[in-house]
Amino acid sequence: MQAVANDVFKALSDPTRRAIFERLSRDGEQTVHALTDDSGVSQPAVSKHLGILKNAKLVRDRREGRETHYRAQPQALAPLIDWMSVYGAFWRDRFDQLENLLKRMDK
Amino acid sequence: MTNTAPTRTLVIEREVPHSPEKVWRALTEGPLIEEWLMKNDFQPVVGHRFNFRSTPVPNWDGVIDCEVLVLEPNARLSYSWGTMGMTSVVAWTLTPTKGGTHVRIEQTGFRSEQDAAYKGATYGWTKFIGNLERVVARLD
Repeated sequence: MQAVANDVFKALSDPTRRAIFERLSRDGEQTVHALTDDSGVSQPAVSKHLGILKNAKLVRDRREGRETHYRAQPQALAPLIDWMSVYGAFWRDRFDQLENLLKRMDK
Repeated sequence: MTNTAPTRTLVIEREVPHSPEKVWRALTEGPLIEEWLMKNDFQPVVGHRFNFRSTPVPNWDGVIDCEVLVLEPNARLSYSWGTMGMTSVVAWTLTPTKGGTHVRIEQTGFRSEQDAAYKGATYGWTKFIGNLERVVARLD
């Protein structure tokens, strides 16, 4: 479970990959070409990012003619939801802010 | 992965060099809560229903539905926490120590409901995990 969550976290830790995943989540299936046109990086770079996302099962691909189409696999986020890494990070971050506030309340 | 994830509990504990009374204020006064957590219409009344509000993103309105469940001034505070197809309970426990307060937060009762419950929330989740770089650094 933890290993799976790590894969998902690592895949989404890169801003470009996160942007690609968000785009697929928002706009539905896209070709590599379409993703490349909007990403500001080269097609080999996009393909590499897609490979990492696919490895984490965050996207699925299908060939159609000469194009490869990718779509988001939202259920791949389940390890995060089940494992609660998200909330762990969330509350630790908020705890830091709470401590900052408590310090300021002294003044 | 299954859709029958058991109830789980997340616990985070910290000791802070401040009195329980002061920590209690930070946990229960709306404007102070907003400074460290989120915009809210919290009222320190058991049964009060309120929302935490984060910035909306596509497929997630940024709203967390809550109800005050337990309120013991300077000691215990608990509220339900419902968002993106999951319901849980957040419980704060304050214990006085020599130098301040031991603060414990516990979040219990995660149910990852059927796929459909969170499919639409994907985009929201990616926002929620915006601090991923830092999280990943801790994983290694």
